[in-house]
Amino acid sequence: MKEVTVYVPKDSAALAVGADEVAAALQVQCATRGLPLNVVRNGSRGLLWLEPLVEVATPGGRVAYGPVTPDDVPGLLDAGFLEGAPHALRQGAVESIPYLASQERLTFARMGVNDPLSISDYEALDGFAGLRRAATLDASAIIEEVTNSGLRGRGGAAFPTGIKWKTVRLAEGPQKYVVCNADEGDSGTFSDRMTMEGDPFMLIEGMAITALAVGATEGYIYVRSEYPHAIASMNEAIARAEAAGFLGDNVADSGEAFRLSVRKAAGAYVCGEETAMLESIEGKRGIVRSKPPLPALQGLFGQPTAINNVITFASVPIILSRGAQFYRDYGVGRSRGTLPLQLAGNIKYGGLIEKAFGVTLRQLIYEYGGGTRSGRPVKAVQVGGPLGAYVPESQWDVPLDYEAYAAMGAAVGHGGIVVHDDTADLSKLARYAMEYCAIESCGKCTPCRIGSTRGVEVIDRITAGGGAVSSQSEQVELLRSLCDTMLNGSLCALGAMIPYPVLSALNHYLEDFRIVEPAHPPVAS
Amino acid sequence: MAVSLVDGDAVADVIESHSSTPGALLPILHEVQDALGYIPRDAAVRIADALNLSRAEVHGVITFYHYFRSEPPARHVVQVCRAEACQSVGADALISHVRERLGCAKQAHSADGRFSVEPVYCLGLCASGPALTIDEHLHARMTQEKFERLASRLEEQS
Repeated sequence: MKEVTVYVPKDSAALAVGADEVAAALQVQCATRGLPLNVVRNGSRGLLWLEPLVEVATPGGRVAYGPVTPDDVPGLLDAGFLEGAPHALRQGAVESIPYLASQERLTFARMGVNDPLSISDYEALDGFAGLRRAATLDASAIIEEVTNSGLRGRGGAAFPTGIKWKTVRLAEGPQKYVVCNADEGDSGTFSDRMTMEGDPFMLIEGMAITALAVGATEGYIYVRSEYPHAIASMNEAIARAEAAGFLGDNVADSGEAFRLSVRKAAGAYVCGEETAMLESIEGKRGIVRSKPPLPALQGLFGQPTAINNVITFASVPIILSRGAQFYRDYGVGRSRGTLPLQLAGNIKYGGLIEKAFGVTLRQLIYEYGGGTRSGRPVKAVQVGGPLGAYVPESQWDVPLDYEAYAAMGAAVGHGGIVVHDDTADLSKLARYAMEYCAIESCGKCTPCRIGSTRGVEVIDRITAGGGAVSSQSEQVELLRSLCDTMLNGSLCALGAMIPYPVLSALNHYLEDFRIVEPAHPPVAS
Repeated sequence: MAVSLVDGDAVADVIESHSSTPGALLPILHEVQDALGYIPRDAAVRIADALNLSRAEVHGVITFYHYFRSEPPARHVVQVCRAEACQSVGADALISHVRERLGCAKQAHSADGRFSVEPVYCLGLCASGPALTIDEHLHARMTQEKFERLASRLEEQS
């Protein structure tokens, strides 16, 4: 009997719903039945409601079954799933599942296909083609390619990547660094985690290209302590890339050196702010630095440093291998290329959706997400993590692009989309935003440190009601004024953006704050 | 509080292995905590001496980061995500249930020191919430029934 290859993902989102147990059950059951089996632990396709999504390699292509539990395994084998036979859990040919087939996967093209730690599998799917090309180019030509692609920082700030790199390139310094911000603390986001676990060489390749472009020889990846699997995967991938000559003394035969290492963070959300992250890598408390100087000029250990988010670096290899024009042909307005969106929270079909800019929230929530998991109506959607606005239904048709979102007081951020059903209390979520800011504030600037605690208190006073009506509306005014102070007076995005969820809750869901309408209007008309 | 000789050696080895690491404090603290489960006061003092930092600086770093512990953890640590995505699918009710079930409703540790329940802000499992970890093992799409099975298994272990 011929050996059959079966893919069982090892992404955290699959492990958390029993993928290891499924893999073990498959091994045991097949051994008992005398069926030769080759289990490959791939990354996740990002169809997270189907995890563990087990794929069987058949002569007609890979057939998916999910969500599989260990108890399903005997039944699947009885039904003949090793030949791709029908079963209640059969999802069909994986590449034709509409959720996946309708995406524009540029960055996530390889995600879930192979063993993420196999260099030969990576190279078989265009891996290291971008770095090989970059190794033959001048630094300025690499930067020009990235600038022309229109790539902007995917961490949230959306700064043009090529311009940042040029600044680092031209800066004077004995040692330059490339630092990857993988402190993905935003609730509702997991694309960085999936990249590190599911396609780690892509991140390494992007960082190595950056190093050639800016003239850096040392690099760090700052990864959250909450992501142990990502840390293990990156460490192993770095060792393998070094052994294969894509890192080390002579990166891809360019004659240039680049050494990369992982730094484990320690659970401080504010360290996702780039200067706090630099402090942390230097071994200090994650206290935000005043800018200027820009980290591009004086960053890690005071040296010129190119800092980008995981997805920014991960977008670079395809820009170099396929050219700037190929990438910039995707997208709308000044938001070029694609964004790996993460559909999360109370959603029926949650997962990773990579689309060109311009897709709408309504498409994402209903066409992809299928509405809420609870089956209740969608009430609010938070876009861009804890610092992102709650977007009401009236704005769900706005095309997702940096400028369009900024114009309506929202932010695309890192592409996280968290759906809440009609049981959500927006005053509670606004209070949570302030509470979270108080827990995570680094404490350096007053609006963030004190304002967040005052914000919790003011929201409590509003929702407790009880006082005179005028005092309740006075408290709302006070909250708006506090938000204004934080927005304009905070040193970094934590304090300056936490008003987004709070103000959007006030603006669009005021009824949740339990404002009691006066029986007699205070001013007679 | 004296650190046992073995622990002292472990701390010395960690410090020694990072003698040429730039910005070595966080890597050292991580390795000490990995080895001992927490960062004892004496270890912090020795780290400060070795890195030519004040004790206050090292104390400041340990207490700034939520991940570092200055006290030994309970035998089993349960971390429940309470960020927005998990809130939208019932994280608040789940964390109350977990605390109640493990005897941690009133304090972080259960009276017998076996369990502790801590909030955590995002495990990156936002499409499959609510999520929690038990002794660093991830569990998603958690329900009270599923947690009951896990809790019973934990009780058998300890």
